[in-house]
Order: sequence, then structure tokens, then C-alpha cells
Amino acid sequence: MKILIKNGRIIDPKNNIDAKQDLYIAAGQIVGIGEAPKGFSANQTIDATGLIVAPGFVDLCARLREPGDEYKATLESELRAASAGGVTSLSCPPDTDPVLDEPGLVEMLKLRAWRHNLARIYPLGALTQKLEGKALTEMCELTEAGCAGFTQADHPIIDTQVLWRALEYAATFGYTVFLRPEEPFLAKDGVAHDGEVAGRLGLKGIPSAAESLRIAAVLRIAQETKAKIHFCRISTAEGVALIREAKKNGIAITADVSIHHLHLTEHDIGYFDSNANLKPPLRTLRDKDALCLGVKDGTIDAICSDHAPVDDDAKLLPFAEAEAGATGLELLLPLTLKWSSNHKASLQNAIAKITSEAAAILGINNGNLSVGANADIAIFDPEAAWQVTPTALKSQGKNTPFINMELTGKVIYTLMNGQITYQDKMK
Amino acid sequence: MYNPQLTSDGKLKHLLSIEGLPKKVLVQILDTAESFVSVAQRDVKKVPLLRGKTVCNIFFENSTRTRTTFEIAAKRLSADVINLNVNTSSQSKGEAILDTVNNLIAMHTDMFVVRHNQSGAAHLIAKHVPDNISVVNAGDGRHSHPTQGLLDVFTIRKYKPEMHNLRVALVGDVLHSRVARSEIHALTTLGVPEIRVIAPKTLLPNEVEKLGVHVFHDMKAGLKDVDVVMMLRLQSERMSGAMLPSTQEFFKTYGLTPEKLALAKPDAIVMHPGPMNRGVEIDSRVADSGQAVILPQVTYGIAIRMAVMAILAGGAA
Repeated sequence: MKILIKNGRIIDPKNNIDAKQDLYIAAGQIVGIGEAPKGFSANQTIDATGLIVAPGFVDLCARLREPGDEYKATLESELRAASAGGVTSLSCPPDTDPVLDEPGLVEMLKLRAWRHNLARIYPLGALTQKLEGKALTEMCELTEAGCAGFTQADHPIIDTQVLWRALEYAATFGYTVFLRPEEPFLAKDGVAHDGEVAGRLGLKGIPSAAESLRIAAVLRIAQETKAKIHFCRISTAEGVALIREAKKNGIAITADVSIHHLHLTEHDIGYFDSNANLKPPLRTLRDKDALCLGVKDGTIDAICSDHAPVDDDAKLLPFAEAEAGATGLELLLPLTLKWSSNHKASLQNAIAKITSEAAAILGINNGNLSVGANADIAIFDPEAAWQVTPTALKSQGKNTPFINMELTGKVIYTLMNGQITYQDKMK
Repeated sequence: MYNPQLTSDGKLKHLLSIEGLPKKVLVQILDTAESFVSVAQRDVKKVPLLRGKTVCNIFFENSTRTRTTFEIAAKRLSADVINLNVNTSSQSKGEAILDTVNNLIAMHTDMFVVRHNQSGAAHLIAKHVPDNISVVNAGDGRHSHPTQGLLDVFTIRKYKPEMHNLRVALVGDVLHSRVARSEIHALTTLGVPEIRVIAPKTLLPNEVEKLGVHVFHDMKAGLKDVDVVMMLRLQSERMSGAMLPSTQEFFKTYGLTPEKLALAKPDAIVMHPGPMNRGVEIDSRVADSGQAVILPQVTYGIAIRMAVMAILAGGAA
């Protein structure tokens, strides 16, 4: 199958391309950019006039809910959502049921995802068995089975000695450890930022220090152990400042932020909107601004969807009892674009945060349009507005604080491995 | 901001919290309650405003006192009253809160009086019920206990009618107290110029001053020249360790004794939402003194609850 994508504006941050050029695809790979390879004749031509042709997006955190939570979402429903969102590579955390702490489970998940042929998945293995924070997992075996790194998901290790050893062991083999920094005792039972809104609504708060204390501790351990750390879903201004400082001092760390924290604050909880029950909690305007700036100046390397589909019943509960999380795969692009327009960042910079930068963190060779690379491509209309309604979302999870809002930026085609896996109805 | 407890033309639809209620609605409730105070003094303690209506008290959290006062209030308005104690143990057996509510909707009740140990539970239910049902929050977690806040300001208005010229102090466990939050909102809405909270840092929510209060950690300084002292119950059952060393030390530092009360204005009144922990937050010599208006609070509580129900049922001007 040979495909020609013509008349589009190609933005490929890794190769520093932002130009109107044609793209040539054959046998699942990119075979030419700008000029056709010799003897190329397309079976299919996509007219991308007025559209942007970018590498398929790379999402650092998307929960697919399999195995174990199929009533919330299935691999198929969420991979379709990924495809509709232009996401062709995604990393999924191991907080499934059972936990991804055995090679067989990881192989099974990868195989099942591969059969759907909608997005490439890069599971993160559990750093400790059952995510209990006590005993290490077989990291080498898990890596062989296809894990792209290790994490505790939302279950921070309480015992700092175990944390130290886990990072030491991962560092031995050069594995990246993805940590969402949260000091577990300070965050215990908390459901909202420990500030004005939590005080007013009578919700148990999580202070900003829960994040910064853990970042400081992990940075110190990382210095000792030389572990490769990726900080997931930073939520505070203090956190951004600590990471900026650490990077300046040459500590090899990376960080991401969720789409939600770039746009929302504690005030978006309103009158107990359980869709705004997120982990980490939404914080203050000052934190949000610092996060946005952190993305712009490169302190924060990537933007992730923090996709977490939740069934209605688990959200129709008093705020603190509702399950945390929001659907996000289909909002990754529009909310990244919204960040770039709010903060006058270039499109190339914005797209880098969800392609090349994210791919570099995962250590994968996707998220770029180099000749020879996988033909994973997102073609989108940066100006098209659409309303986030339950029917518009392919994800089984309809839970998002952005529900019924109008967002700008719409995926028109998604290609995975040189095949069209998603096409907008309007085209 | 959209206010779930008002209709589009600004009338009371549910009573969920004091926050967000306009002053005129608050005053309407207080004035209506005024007319109900006398009902209790009659031989026939009933008015027919809620005749033929069914009020359902759904208590997901145990409470004898509040439930009883709501029950009396509804009965004095001639409503039929159903009491349902859904204790949290049967909740944890699996029935979701909205399933319980759905069953009661199917039984054609007109009004829900709801208490739950989670903040926001009343809002959740109010969002869920059909248009013809009103929800009264009888306490949700740490968030709100609006009828308590209303009866407290009603009591203050009775004893100290010059609300715009008062200094009021709230003392004790503000962090866990839905009563404190409701009182603060009611007082600020009615224009009380100086509200103080007196507590150790561990019993105050972060950024509490954003509610419009002055923070004192020293009780003696905080009580100086106040007109009203509102004591809060030390909610020891919610105390998850490490907030206070002991009730004895709490009494010594924040308990209301005659000596500390002497620092307030000589005609200051002392209030407590009950049930009191004598010797923990309040000295019996104060609780039983002429300055205490704790029992009138209970009496007025019934009038306030009658007023709220009557207004929600559309039966009061």
C-alpha cells in the first residue's frame, strides 16, 4: 500500500521541519518527504490542504483498563479513542487488575493491542510487586516482555529504603523509572488541593508540599543512584521550580504534565464536580501558570493525556468517594493546542511535547517523520472546533471536566503503520 | 456562577449550603421563622402548610438530635414524615447512595432531608432528583449544615439585633466543622463586620482567612471584647491522630471557662451547636450560666427548619 499525503503543512519537530510538503508512504514506512522516491506511484492520495501533517502523537499516560476493569473501558474502545485522538503510541501504567508485574501479563497485553492494530502500546511495568512498595519486580524479564520503564502509578512507595533500592536496581540496567511524586502520608485520604476550595467545601486537602517533598527526596536519591527518573504529572509551582533547578544542575531527569493541569484549577471543582476529582488534584492559578511556563521553557518535557476512563457509577458519588480520573486521549491535541495559543508557543513546540519529546522519554523511535520511520501520522485541522459531548467521544469513559465545552483542533486522519486507522466523518 | 439551590428567578429550590444564598433569601428564612416561634407556644402546635406532603429524613450518618428537630418541624407543618436511617454499614454493603434515593423518589416523597458523612452528598442528591422534589441538607461531611447556621444567626439576631455592629468569635475545631463553615457564611452574608476564629493551627483549614475571618491562636486575645462566643464541638470521632495531644490540654488552651469568658463583653452570649463535651470545649459553669443561649438555639432550630420547609414547599410568603 502506497499513500501520498499532499498539500499538507508538515510539522516534524524532531527534524525541525515546518513546511508545506508532500509525504510519501510505502510498506508501513515513510519513504519520502518533499520529493517522491523514484518510481513511487500512490494507491491512495490524501489531500491535506489546510491541514497539518504531524507524527502520530505519543501519550505518556493512558489507562486502557485491561486487564480487570473492562466495565470501565476495553482495550478496543480505548485504542479507538487513541486513534480518534491521533495518538499512535501510548504508554500505559500497570495499575490494572492484576497489576502488570509479570512478563506474561505484559506480553498478553501487547499481543492483544497488536491485534487491534490501532496504536502501539508501551506498558510500564510495576516497580514493585503488586505495586505494594515492598518487593522489586523482575525488571529485566519485564523489559524483555516489552515494558518501556517502571512505575508505581498512583501508589507511591512509603518505605524510602525500598524506593532507594528500586531506583538503584533500575539504574543498574539503565531503565527509566516513572514516578508521580507524592509523599504518601501528607497526601493520605486527600482529594483536593489543600487550599481555599478544599477549605470551603470541607474536602480533605493534599498540600503542595506533598509533591515538592517527594521530588526533593527522589532527586537526592537519583543523584546517589544515577537512576533515570521521569516525573509524571507535575501539579505545583514548587515542583516546577525544583525540576528546573535540578536540570540546571545537570541531573538527568525529565517531566510531564497532564492536559488538565495546564487549563484547570481547584476552582473548577465548582459544586463538587466529581469529573474534577483528579490525581494529582487541580491546584491554584499560580500553579497552573507555573506549569504552563514550565512547558514553554522546557522544564517540563512532555504533555500527557492522563487518560483514565471511569464508569458513570463510580463518578455518581459524593466527591471524595468518586473515583479519580478523566478521559483524555481525544483531548490531548486540542488541549495542547489551547496551551500553545494561550502562551504564544509555536505549533512546532506544542507538537514536540506530544511527539518527539514524549518518544525520547520512552526511548522509542516514533514521534517523528524521518525517512525510514514508521508511518504513524496524525493529520489534523488546527482551526476546526468541536464540542466535547458523550457521543463525540469514542472512549468508553465520558468523564471529563471539559464535557460539553467547545475545543479547537480536530484530528481528520490517523495513520498507523502506513494504514488509515481513523478518518473523520466529515471527510 | 450557577447556583444549584436557586431557581432561575432566584427563589429557594433546595437548601444545600449558606454559601451562595443571597441576603434576601436568608432574611426571608429568618423572618418566616419568626412567625413560627409562636406555633410552639400554642395548645395546638400545628399549621397546615405541608398537609398532604411527605417529608423523608434520610440519614446516612447517625444523628438523634438533628433528625428529631427536623421531624418535629415537619410534623408541626402537618407533613407526613418518614425516617430512614441508612447507616454507613449498609452503604458499604453495596447500595449506592443514588439507588437509595431512587427508591424514595419512586415512593413519591416531596422533600428529602439528607445527612451524610461525605462533603457534597446533598449537592449530588439535589442534582439527581426530579424537579418537584426539594432537598434540605442536614449536614454533609465537613462542608455544610445550613439549618444550623441559620438557627445560630437567628439566635444572635434575637439577642443582638444590631448585626452590623457585632464581633463574633468561633472557637475550636473549625477544620472538621460543617457548622463553622455555615455560621461563617451566614454571618458574612448578614453583614457582621468582624468574625474571628480561635483554634490551634491543626484545627483550621488551610487559607481559612479567605472565608473572611480573622485568625487567632491565643484564645484570650481572640475573645477580647466579642459580643458572641460560638463554641464548636470537638469532633473527637473525626480526629485522625496527631491534631491535638489531649483533650485536657485542649480544655486548658481553648476550653471556655468563666475566666476566659470574662474577657469578652460583659453581655456576651455563649452558643454551642450541641452535643456539648463538658470539660473539653466548655466548662459547665459557662454552659449553665445566664450568658449561655444553648437551649434557646434548640428551640429556634425547630422554627428555622419549619421556615425552610415551608418556603421550599411554596407555602410561605
